[in-house]
Amino acid sequence: MEFLIERLPLYLDGVWVTIQLTIGGSALAFVLAMVFGILGSMTHWLPRAVATVYVEVFRGIAALVLMFWMAYALPLATGFQLDDMFAAIVALGLNIGAYGAEVVRAAINAVPKPQVEATVALNMSWFQRTRLVVLPQAWAQMLPTFGNLIIELMKATAVAYLIGVTDLTAVAQQMRQGTGETIVAFIGAFVLYYLIAQVLIAGMRLLERRANRRLGRTPPAGTGLKGLLKHPAVGGARGGGAL
Amino acid sequence: MWDLQFTFEVMPDLLTGLWVTVQATVMGYLIALLLGLAVAMVRRVPIVGSVVHGMMEFIRTTPLVIQLVFVFLLAPSTVSGMTIGVVVLGVHYSAYTAEVYRSGIEGVAKGQWEAARALSLPQSRTWGAIVLPQAIRKVIPALGNYLIAMFKDTPLLFAIGVTELLTQAQRLGAASFRVVEMYTMVGFLFLIVSIPSAILIRRLERRYAAV
Repeated sequence: MEFLIERLPLYLDGVWVTIQLTIGGSALAFVLAMVFGILGSMTHWLPRAVATVYVEVFRGIAALVLMFWMAYALPLATGFQLDDMFAAIVALGLNIGAYGAEVVRAAINAVPKPQVEATVALNMSWFQRTRLVVLPQAWAQMLPTFGNLIIELMKATAVAYLIGVTDLTAVAQQMRQGTGETIVAFIGAFVLYYLIAQVLIAGMRLLERRANRRLGRTPPAGTGLKGLLKHPAVGGARGGGAL
Repeated sequence: MWDLQFTFEVMPDLLTGLWVTVQATVMGYLIALLLGLAVAMVRRVPIVGSVVHGMMEFIRTTPLVIQLVFVFLLAPSTVSGMTIGVVVLGVHYSAYTAEVYRSGIEGVAKGQWEAARALSLPQSRTWGAIVLPQAIRKVIPALGNYLIAMFKDTPLLFAIGVTELLTQAQRLGAASFRVVEMYTMVGFLFLIVSIPSAILIRRLERRYAAV
């Protein structure tokens, strides 16, 4: 215990890097998921084809392979050296964004048809329809799966230590090499990862409740503080079978 | 520029790596299928179920790569990296498959349990003849998704020195300075395996959805 308390500042440095990777990766993944998800839900074949290619390619390649490619192959191919951290964020964003795009597409397609027909009757433009009617409803449906994806992304940040980013895993490795205490050094990292995940899960649950309330629905776990602690139904953690 | 001849020269070595990757995936997947089922069933037992659930939650929310390295460092040196990789992959994914089985088991109508009780069937028959056949049938596509997910996680075995595809590419790349070809080929080989499997599983999904 003393061992961990003494070295807590170092661990927190690692945690901060892990959080930065998670936030950067999710921001990129979110934008990509929205853009390609909306493209994928269009009726014209061209945007749909573009979305399919993006989804299949980046979902099919492991995040670590993408990361190696960004960090080692890209500089040699283009003469353009990426910062390790940036390479990791881009790889994570591209990978998880592809899963997210499928989630967005499925959620948009699940919006009841009459809703879309109503917007046509009201003479709304495509942009108005998407922004005011379709996305707010799809949003509530995509959030639970996004919650799972953000945990996947947070976990995937751990491989960034293999391309030289000093994240939480790298710190655990350093601790071990410095002291020889494998078990204690790693337990510290495991607990911190677990805590980060719990914070993310709680945050996503709050977002979910807000989205459902705005649509006039009661969240699945019920209202009140107790409902917040209750575990929501767990779907396929890798994008709800959208693979 | 791209060295085509070199790409062909190293192809056999890369394919050897891919074969190791496939082997690790299949063996790990078998563990995940069996252990996940056991976990899903144990979770219905009071107290023990909650403890197991907590453990699985911990495994599921911490990164696989650090789990691999941790077990690798603790295991005696006589145990090969491949064995550790397969076991850790299998245990990690059993946390996911257990949730899949659980949703399938919960999807079995209550009346089925009651009927089994009314017929005073023993536990083993209730599970084996009534609950599991119905539960598993429904979750086959979801389980299939984890096979692909697992395949895509095998490059993590790089971290514990298993000579799978990525490790092989890194070794060859370092020896020849042709890193671009190597890593691009790894990505390409991944796509060759994962896209057809994804299509296959989507077919399965449609077939089972129709039932």
